[in-house]
Amino acid sequence: MTKLIKGTTRRGALKTLAGAAAGTAALPLWARYAQAQSSEPIKIGFQQHSTGIGAAYGRWYGRTTEAAVKVINDGGGINGRMIEVIAEDDGTDPKRGAEVVEKFANQHNCDVAFGTLFSHVVIGSSPRAGELKLPYFVVSEGHHVASGMLNRYTLQPGITDVKSQVQAMAPYVSENLGKKVTMIFPDFAFGHDHRDFFSAAIEAQGGEVLEKIAIPPTETSFTKYFPRIPRDTEVLYHVMVGPAVLTFVKELGEFFGPSSPAIFGFIDSLEAVDIASPGLEFLEGTYFWEGNPRYAQADQTEYDKAFRAAVGVDDNGASISDPTDVSTYAHMFGCWETLHVIKHGLEHSGYQGPGDRAKLIEAVEALTDFPEGHAHPQGAKIFNGKTHQVFGHQYISRVENGKLVRVHTTSIEDTLYPDEVDYTTQPL
Amino acid sequence: MTASSRVIVLHLGLLALLFGLQFILPAYHHGNLARIMVLASYAVGYNILFGYTGLLSLGHALFFAAGMYGMGLTIQHMGFTPAPALIVGIVAGAFVAGALALLALRTVGVSFMIVTLMFAQAGYLTVLYFGEYTRGDEGFVIQQAQRVLWGVDLSNATNRYFAAWGLFSVSFGLSLWLVRSSFGRTLIAIRENEERVRMLGYDTYKHKLTAMIISGTISAAAGAFYGLLFGYAGASFASVQYSIFPLLWVLLGGAGTVLGPFVGTLFMFYLIDLSSGITSAYLLIAGLALVLLTLFAPQGLIGEIRRRFWKNLP
Repeated sequence: MTKLIKGTTRRGALKTLAGAAAGTAALPLWARYAQAQSSEPIKIGFQQHSTGIGAAYGRWYGRTTEAAVKVINDGGGINGRMIEVIAEDDGTDPKRGAEVVEKFANQHNCDVAFGTLFSHVVIGSSPRAGELKLPYFVVSEGHHVASGMLNRYTLQPGITDVKSQVQAMAPYVSENLGKKVTMIFPDFAFGHDHRDFFSAAIEAQGGEVLEKIAIPPTETSFTKYFPRIPRDTEVLYHVMVGPAVLTFVKELGEFFGPSSPAIFGFIDSLEAVDIASPGLEFLEGTYFWEGNPRYAQADQTEYDKAFRAAVGVDDNGASISDPTDVSTYAHMFGCWETLHVIKHGLEHSGYQGPGDRAKLIEAVEALTDFPEGHAHPQGAKIFNGKTHQVFGHQYISRVENGKLVRVHTTSIEDTLYPDEVDYTTQPL
Repeated sequence: MTASSRVIVLHLGLLALLFGLQFILPAYHHGNLARIMVLASYAVGYNILFGYTGLLSLGHALFFAAGMYGMGLTIQHMGFTPAPALIVGIVAGAFVAGALALLALRTVGVSFMIVTLMFAQAGYLTVLYFGEYTRGDEGFVIQQAQRVLWGVDLSNATNRYFAAWGLFSVSFGLSLWLVRSSFGRTLIAIRENEERVRMLGYDTYKHKLTAMIISGTISAAAGAFYGLLFGYAGASFASVQYSIFPLLWVLLGGAGTVLGPFVGTLFMFYLIDLSSGITSAYLLIAGLALVLLTLFAPQGLIGEIRRRFWKNLP
């Protein structure tokens, strides 16, 4: 599917074209050539989870991408060039993901590829992006970029990674909720990341993890695991994902009744799910990490307001046109912010065409600070050019009257950790 | 030209064509064909068991993954170079296929399908369970520096194409030779009427066991090459989807034909690729095409050619 998203009317575009043609005719030959080169649209290959397990995320990543591209194009594009988004469905599958990256590079001749969320698709696609020397901007929150597993052509400048998110939760949890934690997590890589990163972080705060309960990924009923939760647990930390999460919460409520420990979870469990859904009443009073607060807060910034309006999200984090269509608000800002970083990088590298891809990588690596603003509505960020990973504020919210109310904002410093790789030493 | 030499010329012609295409294809299709040849090798392996022996397995992802992880884990954790790692992958596949055959061949028909499916699912969960080593569902990257085979960088497009062509040539050639040998003919006889073959004095169990090991080994070789050539090993390749794919490819191309697996894989790949360029509901188009093919060419594309024009095509 090819979409050309422009903010101009057809008549306006024709006028501009006529003007440009007249102007170009007056230029010397070499300049006409350069002009012809640079008026081509910037092609951004959007690797979208339209089908498969990531489809809910893909739908909202698509809407956010369209909104961001419209804003950028309305503002004059990138160096005067419009953005053309070429969306391809990767089926949330690493094999198809790699094929789609090849398609972007070799068939559509895209300038960059962008937008992948699920870690296995990123990890499966990234080697091909590196081999094809196609800048690959992921919006995944996986630790795979900063861990050094990938390559110089893969960057994550628009969303923080799971290691920094989890690590930043530990101070708040230990100071406000309790020091004795029991963790319940799915028994695959995503859950193992939480287990490992959070255990280390809470111990550094003087806390301890009493029990680590891994739930097999095919499990549909959870009651039998709950007796393993030690009696002296002060905080229950959960990161269940997938369709069984509603059952998980319901059974947890039935198990504890009114006397439960403090409960802390990651909103990943309930992205695109209405907190006020029947069966989720037990979540009242519990805490969640949020990448970006789903509900418009009392002190909402003008940037968040503008971002919501552009994407079409109401104050409850659902679609304006359909209040039952809840967004993936904690993640999708990453697409918006990544596209603005791409714009910034392309402009600062003097990018002309695919021959300048290496210059683009170097230009993005040279970026350090992203101040909060219309380009970065989630908050200010620090980019690490060596690890290709961005770091930013994290939010902790509490469920109050069926809505998530922000109770804490971490500092960026809380999310930092020592570099694990220096991609700039790899050849371009 | 005798019928037999016409068959040889046709099949060698395909290999020669694939070899030659390397020099003229545009980059995108060049990359696709390399991928298709590796996947077609997987389908060739599947076809030996399903198309020629008549055993419908729903667990071949187990063999594909055994090859992929046998290769990938030894590179990742034991520092193997690609050549011994490939051998480990292939041997792992042969071993797993042999072990599963000993159990699954006690059953027939639907039970065989269920037993193979069950073991493949157990294999998939094993990959997730040992996430510390396999990185579970996320999988892991096999770095460019780890993919240099005898000084040849397999991440390079030309080298990858030749490696894929080499794998496909060997598995395709082996398949052609096998089905024309007396062993292969016995397999076909087992497919058609196992009781009668047994009555004639053949040890059908031993034949089926051997067929399953050969089939699993070729599938594992495809898995090992896939991981090495494209730099990634992940649990999705062990999922049930990857047991269904070779069945689909073989059915589309023509079960029990040597050319069928390649044609089916090629057809399916481009069906998805082209239809996804037209609509986001591309799976609907793919599904419709499959239904139409099943209605009008139930023996698959090559099977239909054999039925209409070329009766003795193997």
